[in-house]
Amino acid sequence: MADKKEMPIGGVIPEGGTAHGYSTGGWRKLRPVLNKEKCTNCLICWVMCPDSAIITEDGKMIGFDLEHCKGCGICAMECPDKVKAIKMEEEAD
Amino acid sequence: MAITMTKGQAGLTGNSAIAYAMKQINPDVCPAYPITPSTAVIEEFASYVADGDVTTELITVESEHSAMSACIGASAAGARVMTATSSQGLALMWEMLYIASGMRLPIILTDVNRALSAPINIHCDHSDSMGARDSGWIQLYSETVQEAYDNLIQAVRIAEDENVQLPIMVCLDGFITSHAIENITLLSDAEVQGFVGEYNAKTTLLDTDHPVTMGAMSLPDNYIDFKHQQSEAMARSKDTVLKVAEDFGKRFGRKYGLFETYRLEDADLAIVILNSAAGTTKVAVDELRKKGLKVGLLRPRLFRPFPFKELAEALKDKKAIAVLDRADSMNGFGGPLFNEFRSALYDAEKRPKVVSRIYGLGGRDYKVKDAVAVFEELKTIAETGRVDTLQKYITL
Repeated sequence: MADKKEMPIGGVIPEGGTAHGYSTGGWRKLRPVLNKEKCTNCLICWVMCPDSAIITEDGKMIGFDLEHCKGCGICAMECPDKVKAIKMEEEAD
Repeated sequence: MAITMTKGQAGLTGNSAIAYAMKQINPDVCPAYPITPSTAVIEEFASYVADGDVTTELITVESEHSAMSACIGASAAGARVMTATSSQGLALMWEMLYIASGMRLPIILTDVNRALSAPINIHCDHSDSMGARDSGWIQLYSETVQEAYDNLIQAVRIAEDENVQLPIMVCLDGFITSHAIENITLLSDAEVQGFVGEYNAKTTLLDTDHPVTMGAMSLPDNYIDFKHQQSEAMARSKDTVLKVAEDFGKRFGRKYGLFETYRLEDADLAIVILNSAAGTTKVAVDELRKKGLKVGLLRPRLFRPFPFKELAEALKDKKAIAVLDRADSMNGFGGPLFNEFRSALYDAEKRPKVVSRIYGLGGRDYKVKDAVAVFEELKTIAETGRVDTLQKYITL
């Protein structure tokens, strides 16, 4: 939307899937950090993440999509008590 | 309801004429919540729906807020949408009015003008539509039943024009115009259909092959740009109003402009007034002209956008002007029409004296003698070059 004259009338978003291109990671204050050794790949974090920011491969949790993770900490909270493989750390640190 | 015509003429109330125009337009969707004095519009239109005279989907909702919300949803889906309301009904639509205009949905609404509470009142003034004057809706005002009928048919073309794409409100006076029977000339269904044409929305939520999002959030990086776009469309719509009126005049012989003037050209003194009260004022103009007083009238038809250049041009040579408002802005500085006319005349070389007179709130009668009294005041102002009373209520 570089040319303002070509902005769609009435703020219509003229195609689907555009949320992907909107980096909400910049809102993050706390960053999730995964301890792979503790993780059991139960994927509760993947189920609970409101921003679909848990990246999986072959049914295994491999990390976070930090372009879209807002740092809400739900993944760390939901990670089972016996496991606690996700820790939230200050972005500033 | 069967309408009997003799030589293309029918005796109709304003509400019947609006309902009949809606029948002839045959919109796709009509979400409505009837309210006095516009009740009969929806009542009669509902009969047309029940009788199968139209293919419109009539949505009976639980409030006017819902009515306008349903209008927005249906319009976003690509439908031609019409509704009608008055007073508190329009007030309850407020939040959604801005959403309809910001989303650039060409919804067509008839507002049968009625006073706003409190005190509660069902009779005519313009506080409802004047309150909505900055909501981004085009506003057309109508003096007579005939004009209300003609305005509604033109409104469809104006709103849907690709240079405009804005919602539009057609206003007529509650009871005075909505309930009084006038002999008017109706167009045939084919003429109306030929004039309004088919509506093809540029974007529609129902086109699943080309999915779109409408009404999304827009933050500091582009909100102002969308508003700028909307503002320009509103300003441009003035040309469309003229273009559509010209085509209407060519096809059907009745001519409309941005405003009507009556014996204004050589007048020294002028009254500016909206809707039905203009008829009363014309009688006063004729009476005073017989006595040799150079008086005239200007009746705005298009109020939003405000055609300030054309209006100033028509009034710049007058000596004294009274702008009569049937609504008070409650700002301590006169009515809304007054404020805008006075501002429009600021750049005139020989600035006329302009005063505010507020009349007829809540349906109080405005009589020929009231107009005459205003003209007499203007005469004194013109003679002395002095304004003693800039603003006041009349018809008290």
